Amino acid sequence: MIKIQTKAYGLQEIEEKQIITIPQGIFGFENLRKYALIDAHQKPFFWLQSLEDPEVAFILIKPNVFREKYDPGIDLTELADLEVSTKEDLITFAIVTVPQNGTFITANLQGPILVNRHTRVGRQCISPRDEYRTRHNILEEMAAMKKEQPC
Amino acid sequence: MLILSRKKDEKVMIGDQVEITILEIRGDQVKLGINAPKDVKVFRLEVFDEILKQNKAAAQGPVILPTLESGE
Repeated sequence: MIKIQTKAYGLQEIEEKQIITIPQGIFGFENLRKYALIDAHQKPFFWLQSLEDPEVAFILIKPNVFREKYDPGIDLTELADLEVSTKEDLITFAIVTVPQNGTFITANLQGPILVNRHTRVGRQCISPRDEYRTRHNILEEMAAMKKEQPC
Repeated sequence: MLILSRKKDEKVMIGDQVEITILEIRGDQVKLGINAPKDVKVFRLEVFDEILKQNKAAAQGPVILPTLESGE
């Protein structure tokens, strides 16, 4: 177990397997490369906590929670640095923005974070697909998804 | 900055693998065709800026998360 300082929960113990390396950093945070993936107290969110700056943490969600068939359309050859051989090697996350007033939570489907589940090395990618934007209303899209399912 | 003038259907090479073709010029809009290896990422600058801006906004959110209503 490793003790780390987190933005959301103060001092926490994590396991080695929760550490995620993002060698190129997240856009705008290029100097931060080491993160811990922590289950948020509120499902289905995760915290991506920087190990190098306790004040930097991102909320993540798996896009399939509100977008069943999310596929950012990123070719595996583009992900050579992640050393993935099939799409099954990848875990896909979207960064969530919670505005200060607490409403209208959005997820960024245009700039997903893809992680090799075996090596836990990841990168923020840019989806070439026009249907994905940086601010998708999570609750609205969840509601739409439920409507599509037969009762 | 290197500045080149090109006409419709003329091309620019960047290195030996990236080829940019001026496909169409109409008013203040230019249509470009880009041929590049798959590991060369090409995107509109606004897209990149928008993602960067959103990352910064995301990092400034509150630490108390809302719960997603399950509705069940």
